[in-house]
Amino acid sequence: MGRITLEKVQKKFGETEVIPPLDLTIEDGEFVVFVGPSGCGKSTLLRLIAGLEDVSGGDIKIDGTPATDLPPAKRRLAMVFQSYALYPHMTVRKNIAFPLKMAGMDEAEKTRRVERAAEVLNLTNFLDRRPGQLSGGQRQRVAIGRAIVREPAAFLFDEPLSNLDAALRVGMRLEISELHERLKTTMIYVTHDQVEAMTMADKIVVLRAGHIEQVGSPLDLYRTPRNRFVAEFIGSPKMNVIDGEEAAHRDAHAIGIRPEHIDVGEGQWEGRVGVSEHLGSDTLFHVHDTGLADVITVRAPGEVNYKSGDAIRLSPQTDKIHRFDDKGLRIA
Amino acid sequence: MARAVSNSVKARNTAIAWIIAILIFFPILWTILTSFKTEGTAIADPPVFLFFDWTLENYATVQDRSDYFGHFMNSVIISVGSTVIGLAIAIPAAWAMAFVPGRQTKNVLMWMLSTKMLPPVGVLVPIYLIFRDWGLLDTRIGLVIVLTLINLPIIVWMLYTYFREIPTDILEAARMDGATLRSEVVHVLLPMAVPGIASTLLLNIILAWNEAFWTLNLVAANAAPLTAFIASYSSPEGLFYAKLSAASTMAIAPILIMGWFSQKQLVRGLTFGAVK
Amino acid sequence: MATQHSRAAARFMIAPSVVLLLAWMLIPLGMTIWFSLLRYNLLMPGENPFVGFENYSYFLSDPAFQTAVINTLLLVGGVLLITVCGGIGLAVLLDQPMWGTGIVRIMVISPFFVMPTVSALVWKNMFMNPVNGLFAYVADVLGLPAYDFLTAAPLASIIGIVSWQWLPFATLILLTAMQSLDSEQLEAAEMDGASSWSRFYYIKLPHLARAITVVILIQTIFLLSIFAEIYVTTAGGPGNASINLTYLVFQESLQRYDVGTASAGGVVAIILANIVAIFLMRMIGKNLDA
Ligand SMILES: Nc1ncnc2c1ncn2[C@@H]1O[C@H](COP(=O)(O)OP(=O)(O)OP(=O)(O)O)[C@@H](O)[C@H]1O
Ligand SMILES: [Mg+2]
Repeated sequence: MGRITLEKVQKKFGETEVIPPLDLTIEDGEFVVFVGPSGCGKSTLLRLIAGLEDVSGGDIKIDGTPATDLPPAKRRLAMVFQSYALYPHMTVRKNIAFPLKMAGMDEAEKTRRVERAAEVLNLTNFLDRRPGQLSGGQRQRVAIGRAIVREPAAFLFDEPLSNLDAALRVGMRLEISELHERLKTTMIYVTHDQVEAMTMADKIVVLRAGHIEQVGSPLDLYRTPRNRFVAEFIGSPKMNVIDGEEAAHRDAHAIGIRPEHIDVGEGQWEGRVGVSEHLGSDTLFHVHDTGLADVITVRAPGEVNYKSGDAIRLSPQTDKIHRFDDKGLRIA
Repeated sequence: MARAVSNSVKARNTAIAWIIAILIFFPILWTILTSFKTEGTAIADPPVFLFFDWTLENYATVQDRSDYFGHFMNSVIISVGSTVIGLAIAIPAAWAMAFVPGRQTKNVLMWMLSTKMLPPVGVLVPIYLIFRDWGLLDTRIGLVIVLTLINLPIIVWMLYTYFREIPTDILEAARMDGATLRSEVVHVLLPMAVPGIASTLLLNIILAWNEAFWTLNLVAANAAPLTAFIASYSSPEGLFYAKLSAASTMAIAPILIMGWFSQKQLVRGLTFGAVK
Repeated sequence: MATQHSRAAARFMIAPSVVLLLAWMLIPLGMTIWFSLLRYNLLMPGENPFVGFENYSYFLSDPAFQTAVINTLLLVGGVLLITVCGGIGLAVLLDQPMWGTGIVRIMVISPFFVMPTVSALVWKNMFMNPVNGLFAYVADVLGLPAYDFLTAAPLASIIGIVSWQWLPFATLILLTAMQSLDSEQLEAAEMDGASSWSRFYYIKLPHLARAITVVILIQTIFLLSIFAEIYVTTAGGPGNASINLTYLVFQESLQRYDVGTASAGGVVAIILANIVAIFLMRMIGKNLDA
């Protein structure tokens, strides 16, 4: 079980309020991702849940029982750190077994669990190595192994993939998702990479300056962002935001249109191609001189050929246009 | 810079460096050689370098005449004792400052350092009087107390700079893994800190072993460690170079060897982490 | 990390060190200042009347005081000059590729580990002695008259001995600093066409500046308190020719038993040391923030 509720949880460092009072419920078995720009308080929130920081106000409950005053060791949570935080002086086997040793588990059960975890994570051949002799991806797996052996109520991940190279990142992302499929344990995952958020989450929590901007499934956030911040944060490349006449035209303070929702060839918008990026599957154009915004980004499927300086005509898919009021809130 | 340097350049460097190094090392070498000579050979004119009748007689004489071993043990007890007590007091403090830094941590550290800047003569008179009144003059325990206190700031600082290099993440991971404070320290912090603690230990034994201001002023015959014992050779009594050399060699040998092993730590310890 | 619980534990763990050092610093310091205001001589038991600044005026007007201050400064300055210049040279040398670096290093740093009393005695007797010393022999071979170092040039001789002890310290620290210089920087400079002299002057030396400052400041702290070397070699003589402030205070206290004057001298020494200490602490404090 692992249902986590935060009630009016607040955090101050001295005088500065990093997290204003905030409510959040994380259901048992959910994969929840916290995203937001750097410094918005994602790690702080995770550490509050972990018990590595004291809350300045409010309550944390785990499975209905108050956990606010419990030390981290008593919360039945496991954490995977960005730096992996492996014990450098212990072998992989000892690293993974450490939480079990702390729990006073008997040798046979300990060995059984460590070996099983190693098997799941493809670490069997490395059990007698030290962390220093492993690659980044392997270290990451050891850190995960150390977390899963305890069978915790929930896993906490703080940007676990950010030290890995791009290819490995995609692989590990999949592995973590598969792990969640298999274990069905609550996972809370912090990242500032919105692709990770979109691909892994059951539920995304978008944070800005300690505030929750929106909570919802990846597609909810993609389709119906509550405000401009979420609209621009979710989706890659970023949504184009246009204000002025074009927006007023549609009874809005500003309108947003995602690059993949603009068709190339025909249309009422006209501009000049700047840089184009050929991804093979898609082509990205940065279009200037449209009179709408400095640059409009467009994603065309397949290979489309325009050279720098060419004139280009664009047409937005009208049903995919998001409208925002003067406070940046989405107009339904 | 992995770069091939021509052998002639390397040979020139080697020659210059060896000549200078041998000159710098010569007084020590000469002392060691002289300790194996007879008093006669020790002042022979011209001086003999290697080809003489090597003898261990001086070492025996030094021991017989002046209970060298007793003074040696005083040095051991005083330097090891003060260092171990210092570590016991400093480890918790350094731990706390490195891992639970507060607003005052930096000030406390700087203040500790400032006590080290106090010139010993500034407090010589009161310490002497306190020692006299409490019967601590010429006792090992008295010297242990003083040396513990004068080296405590260095110990705290060295440990602090080593502890600070241990990532907080790892201790937090231990806490998440269910470790109590005790097992966090025993299973995670200490094993990772062993190299740092060992270097601190080594450097402080060296400093305490060679300390000469307080040992010369606070002890006489009974508790005299080697620094004070050797000073008693300053009043010449006939031919004594060989014996002086033997006593000196024994006094510096253990620390010289320890020193060679702690070159790196020495830099860090003596500069309070300002140069690493 | 920063939870209530750990904060309370932290305070508890720092307390012993702080209390001990506080006691070590404040109690004797307070006593020194108090004694410095009394007429207090251990050889004259009885009342110790309060005399205000009498001891200070006595101590400061003692001709030995002036000599001691000048000697202290000469000692510190001379040793600094020799060790810093020599240290830079040696560090540059030891940084070059050569055979047997390890052994050379060990030989060069060894003097630092020799206890002050031993090095002073060895130099005094086996090298500087005008009859049996090695220097006398060398002079003889060269046809020069024997020179009685500790009588004819006591302070310079002590400067020499102390420099021999501290040269390794300067070398070791400067060498460490030099080796911490990012080699890519030097390579970049080389690509830019800098000669080896300009690489030393424009890149290595500025990089060393900080380490040099540290060496100067730390050595100054120790050199202000040179004691054993004087005690063993010249006992401050002949006359007061090689007395320094530390030794003068020692004479007042443990040889003349004049607690009042010695304490006043102690206070003066503290003030001098503090001037240096302030600079040093700034340096190290800056490093703490980094
Ligand atoms: N111990 C602390 N003392 C004071 N301020 C802190 C402390 N820890 C974090 N902060 C501040 O709290 C804010 C949130 O920090 P946090 O580490 O939670 O951000 P984050 O969202 O995880 O950012 P990133 O994506 O860069 O990891 C930042 O402005 C940070 O400066
Ligand atoms: Mg973070």
